[in-house]
Amino acid sequence: MNDNELLEQIERYLNGDMTKQERAAFETLRGENAGINEKVIEHKHFTNLIKQYGERLELEKRLDAIHNEIDVEALEDELKIHPSFIVRLWRNHHSKISVAASIAIFSVLVTLFYTGYLSNRDREIQVLSGRLGDLEKKFKNPPNSSHPAPVNPGNYRGTGFAISADGMIATDYHLVRDADSVYVQSFDGKSYKAKVVHIEQDPDVAILQITDPSFKPLAPLPYNFRKGEADMGENVFTLGFPSNAMVLGPGFLTANSGYRGDSTSYQMSIPANPGNSGGPLLDNKGNVIGIVDAKQTNLAGTTFALKADYLLKAIQNIPSDSLNKPLNLNTRNMLAGLSRPQQIKKLQNYVFMIRVYQ
Amino acid sequence: MSKESTNGTPTDSEVILGILNNSESVLKRLYVAYFPMVMQLIINNNGDADDAKDIYQEGIIILYNKVKNGDFELSSKLKTYIYSVCRRLWLKRLSQLNRYGGDIKDFEEYLSVDDETEKNNERDIQFNRMGDALNLLGEPCKTIIEDFYIHNRSMKEICENFGYTNADNAKTQKYKCLQRLKKLFFQQT
Repeated sequence: MNDNELLEQIERYLNGDMTKQERAAFETLRGENAGINEKVIEHKHFTNLIKQYGERLELEKRLDAIHNEIDVEALEDELKIHPSFIVRLWRNHHSKISVAASIAIFSVLVTLFYTGYLSNRDREIQVLSGRLGDLEKKFKNPPNSSHPAPVNPGNYRGTGFAISADGMIATDYHLVRDADSVYVQSFDGKSYKAKVVHIEQDPDVAILQITDPSFKPLAPLPYNFRKGEADMGENVFTLGFPSNAMVLGPGFLTANSGYRGDSTSYQMSIPANPGNSGGPLLDNKGNVIGIVDAKQTNLAGTTFALKADYLLKAIQNIPSDSLNKPLNLNTRNMLAGLSRPQQIKKLQNYVFMIRVYQ
Repeated sequence: MSKESTNGTPTDSEVILGILNNSESVLKRLYVAYFPMVMQLIINNNGDADDAKDIYQEGIIILYNKVKNGDFELSSKLKTYIYSVCRRLWLKRLSQLNRYGGDIKDFEEYLSVDDETEKNNERDIQFNRMGDALNLLGEPCKTIIEDFYIHNRSMKEICENFGYTNADNAKTQKYKCLQRLKKLFFQQT
C-alpha cells in the first residue's frame, strides 16, 4: 500500500465513506500499527486546520465588508480627544512655525552682525575719551592764556603726546572720529588748533599736526620708543587729562595681550578714566611702550594700551605728502636716570589735552 | 424580533444566538455597535484608524470562535468583554511596537482576559503558517486544496474545473498537493 492509497483510506475512514467491513479492517490495522494510527490523527488535525483557516479567511472577509460600510474618518474626528488650541496649532503648523522661527533668528543674527553688535568691543570695553559734562562746559580760559582759546571746551576730551618737536601728536582714532575741529591744549593752558593728518581705525591710532601759527617748536623730545615687547609685571605709568589737570596714572603690566587675546595690546592695572585715551604709556626708564586705549568696563582697574610697535607702524604709514618735512623719531632717552617726579616735570610739556568739536 | 432590535445594538443573547446561527445581520449589528468604543480606546492611545480595525476584528474573532466552540459564558456585559479583550490586545501590540508609554487612557470598565488572547495568538500563528504554505504551494495545487478541504467541493467538480480526464488523475494530483502542503507547513518554524 503506497502513501496515496493509505491517504485515500484515511480520508474515506474519517469521512465515514467505508463499508462496515472496511471500517472494521481499518480499525484493526490502526490498532496494530502505531505508525498508521499516528498518520490518521495527524491527517485529521491537518485537514481541520485547513478548514478552520478557510473559515477564518471567510470571517475576515465578512468583517472587512462590514467595516467598509462604516465612515471611519467621521468617527475618528468625533472620538479623538481634541488637544488644546495651542497643541493643535503646533501639530498642524509646526513646520511653518519652525521655518518662521529660523528666519527670525537668522535675521536677528544678520542684523546684529551688520550693525557690528557682535564684534563691537565698546559693549564691554569703554574707550577712554571723555564726553564733557555740563560742569566742564562752564570751563573758562585760564587767565594767563595769551591765546584766545575757544570758549566752548569741546565735545570730547582726551590725551595726546608729541612724537616730534615740530608739533606732530599721537592720539587715539576713536577720539577724533567724526571731528569737525581739533584743538590741543598744553600743560600750561595754551590752546592750539590742530589738524588730523593720519588715522588708522585698526589699530586705533590718529596723528595730529599742530597748525596754529602761534605754536613754537618744542625742545627735543626727552623720550624715545621702546622697540620690542615690555614684560609682564613691569612698572609703567601714564599721564593724561581725565580732568582739566594733568593726572599721573601709575600701575604695572598685567598681560601681554589685550581684550580677548588681542596681541596688539597690553593689559595693565592702572586707574584710568575717560580722558586718559591717547596718553603715552611709559616704562620705568621713560621709554614709550604704548598708547592708552580703552578699559574693560566689567573689570575694575583693567586698562588696555596699544603696543608701541603698532603705533610706530602707523607713524610710518603717514603719507609723505601730509608731512611738512620728513619725520625723524627721537632715539635718545633723557629720562632714564631720573626719579619719577623729575621724569614727569620733563614729560609734562609734551603731553597735551585733545579737545574735539563735532 | 421587534423592528427596533434589527437596527440598534443587539442584546447580548441575540449576539450569541446570531453567531451560532451564522446570522449575517446580527454580526453586522454587533460589529457596528461596538466599533466606536474600541476605536476611541485606540486612537487616543497612540494608535490610528487602521490599528483600531485590526484590533477590533481580532477581538470579534476571539468572541466569535469562543461562541462557536460553545465555551463562551456570559459572565459580564458583552460590551465589557469586547472592550477588555481589545484593550489587552492593544496593550500587547503597543509593547511589541515599543510604543507603550506605561499609561493607557481608559474609557470603559474592563476585566482581566489574558488567557484568551494567548490562545488566540497560538492559533493565529498556525493560520499564518498555513496561509504562507498555501501561497508557496502555487497553482493548481492551492485551488485544488482549497476547493476540496475548505469549500467541500466533490472530486467530480474539481475534475471538471481543471479538465482532468478521469477522477483518478485528479485524486493522485490532490494527494501529491496535500503531501507538499504538509511538507511546506511543517518546514516553517
